[in-house]
Amino acid sequence: MSVLVYIENWDGKLKKVSFELASYASKLASEMKTSVAALSLGAVEESELVKLSAYGISTLLVNKDERFNNLDNQAIAKAVARAAEKTNASVVVLAHNNLGKAVSPRLAVKLKAGMVSAVHGLPLSIDPFVVTKMMFTGKAFGHVAIQSEKKVITLSSNSFGMIENQVTAAIEDFDPGVSETDFITKVEQTNKITGKVLLNDADIVVSGGRGMKAAENWAPIEELASLLGAGTACSRPVSDEGWRPHSEHVGQTGKIVAPNLYFAFGISGAIQHLGGVSSSKVIVAVNKDPDAPIFEAADYGIVGDVFKVLPQFIEAVKEIKS
Amino acid sequence: MKILILIGNVPDTTTKVRFNADKTAFDPTGIQWIINPWDELALTRAMDLKETTGGVVSEIVVANVGRQETEGTLRKALAIGADKAIRIDADAKDAFYVASQLAQVAKGYDLIFAGIEASDYNGSAVGGMLAEMLEINSVSAVSGIQIENGNVKINREIDGGSQTIALPLPLLAIVQKGIAKEPRIPAMRGIMMARTKPLEVVQPIAVEPKTNITVFTLPAPKAACKKIAEDQAKDLIYLLRDEAKVL
Ligand SMILES: Cc1cc2nc3c(=O)[nH]c(=O)nc-3n(C[C@H](O)[C@H](O)[C@H](O)COP(=O)(O)OP(=O)(O)OC[C@H]3O[C@@H](n4cnc5c(N)ncnc54)[C@H](O)[C@@H]3O)c2cc1C
Ligand SMILES: Nc1ncnc2c1ncn2[C@@H]1O[C@H](COP(=O)(O)O)[C@@H](O)[C@H]1O
Repeated sequence: MSVLVYIENWDGKLKKVSFELASYASKLASEMKTSVAALSLGAVEESELVKLSAYGISTLLVNKDERFNNLDNQAIAKAVARAAEKTNASVVVLAHNNLGKAVSPRLAVKLKAGMVSAVHGLPLSIDPFVVTKMMFTGKAFGHVAIQSEKKVITLSSNSFGMIENQVTAAIEDFDPGVSETDFITKVEQTNKITGKVLLNDADIVVSGGRGMKAAENWAPIEELASLLGAGTACSRPVSDEGWRPHSEHVGQTGKIVAPNLYFAFGISGAIQHLGGVSSSKVIVAVNKDPDAPIFEAADYGIVGDVFKVLPQFIEAVKEIKS
Repeated sequence: MKILILIGNVPDTTTKVRFNADKTAFDPTGIQWIINPWDELALTRAMDLKETTGGVVSEIVVANVGRQETEGTLRKALAIGADKAIRIDADAKDAFYVASQLAQVAKGYDLIFAGIEASDYNGSAVGGMLAEMLEINSVSAVSGIQIENGNVKINREIDGGSQTIALPLPLLAIVQKGIAKEPRIPAMRGIMMARTKPLEVVQPIAVEPKTNITVFTLPAPKAACKKIAEDQAKDLIYLLRDEAKVL
């Protein structure tokens, strides 16, 4: 019995989510009174991998085959399943992001495991194994019991956090048992989002809605975001209009984010929008309509004009940063 | 080329959710049911492919695991343009159970579409599980798809950007935003035609689900929003630092 966690990298570095996953898996293993192992696939710097030992990872299975960087679902699922068998894992933990969502269901079938996605925090109980997850796009939570002996879960980002726990890590070469025919995905082009905080990684998100009126009005949102080291987001009509890229759209049909702080400028707060942001710890709303539903979800609010409020926010942030 | 689209039947996205007295089951009273938004977009894209690739797409079939109540949703899919519907007559117990049932009817298709998640239980599992059961390729977070001489070209979102990739068929594509812009609305003619299109009912196979929901909870009610005057906006930033401690 053990816990296996699948660690992700990007551009040779570990993703931020990997440290939360490591913290979570090592805590889960200690609650289950068992050991934890991490698996890393694809080209990644050695100096990055050792950072995991600060988050409780003592055993690291590593295979640096570059073909894994093509993110072929089948090949990765096969390799993770093999690692799960090798470590006799009873629980496998993945991120609830694009890659984790793609790999986990295939893995669950391979391992004959029950699977729950987007788990919030640690299980409520280990035996029976019961986890909490958001349902109905944030309108409710459900407690889900997994009956099978093996379990696969994906963790909602920011639902556990990073917890330091320094241990000594042993790195083992891992034979993933894949062959050329397992890598079926041919990547023709990759567009990387560079120089920006990725929305899923962001601790603070600054978001704008149709109340921002036009694409050319986004400068203050970008300025505030860059001062705060925040990610930028938008409501669906804003991305539909082409004012902002689709990758920024949050909500039921876009991304689900759970930052510590979410700013909503000129967003009415439709139920489908809230579905993507309601797990944020603190929500700040600025809207000129006092009856806008966003104020029911917000912790702090200003009934006012975004174009009058944004410059004051920027000024205040500059003051506290200096 | 034959296309299969997995159709989830979910409560309308603006529904207020309610549960039974002991909070163990969703209360369906008064609920308006819709095609899961992603599945509706997948169907829309499949229709576009059928109409624009000059006979390459021969048939579009939709399938659902559900009781008779879901037939309205399947009829709507037929009205939008699917050629045939299959309903596996069982309650959707969990993702593994649903995928196992679908695996009985999903063989022989070149392309299968599933949505990235059902908007009720947000499982994000059925599509990938079915692909594994059928031992075919899958690709997730698909935001665009084109067919070119028997191969597909796919745009997908990855964590940190987007990619264009090529994959051979058969393939299961798990779709998200971007696959189609607006869902198609059934036209009068489509609604008339849907009445005579085949809707096949299939009996389920025996399989045990691997998970179950023990109880539902509602989010704790939020404390009232603290309002700050527009001309005192700077104070709010200080509150975020000193009171909420998030800056
Ligand atoms: C199936 C389905 C899925 C959907 N999924 C999503 C989703 O994922 N994400 C999403 O966001 N939406 C989604 N929607 C759309 C959603 O219902 C709303 O239409 C949308 O969120 C509204 O966007 P908005 O708040 O930017 O615009 P609006 O509703 O137009 O609100 C603009 C707000 O700005 C305020 N305003 C205007 N000018 C100013 C000013 N100068 N200063 C301050 N305030 C100002 C107005 O008072 C208003 O409240 C979905 C809808 C459906 C049917
Ligand atoms: N009961 C069902 N019948 C048919 N397809 C389903 C059913 N439930 C889910 N799906 C498909 O699987 C996708 C993901 O659903 P889920 O894994 O339940 O979040 C949906 O978008 C549908 O395409």
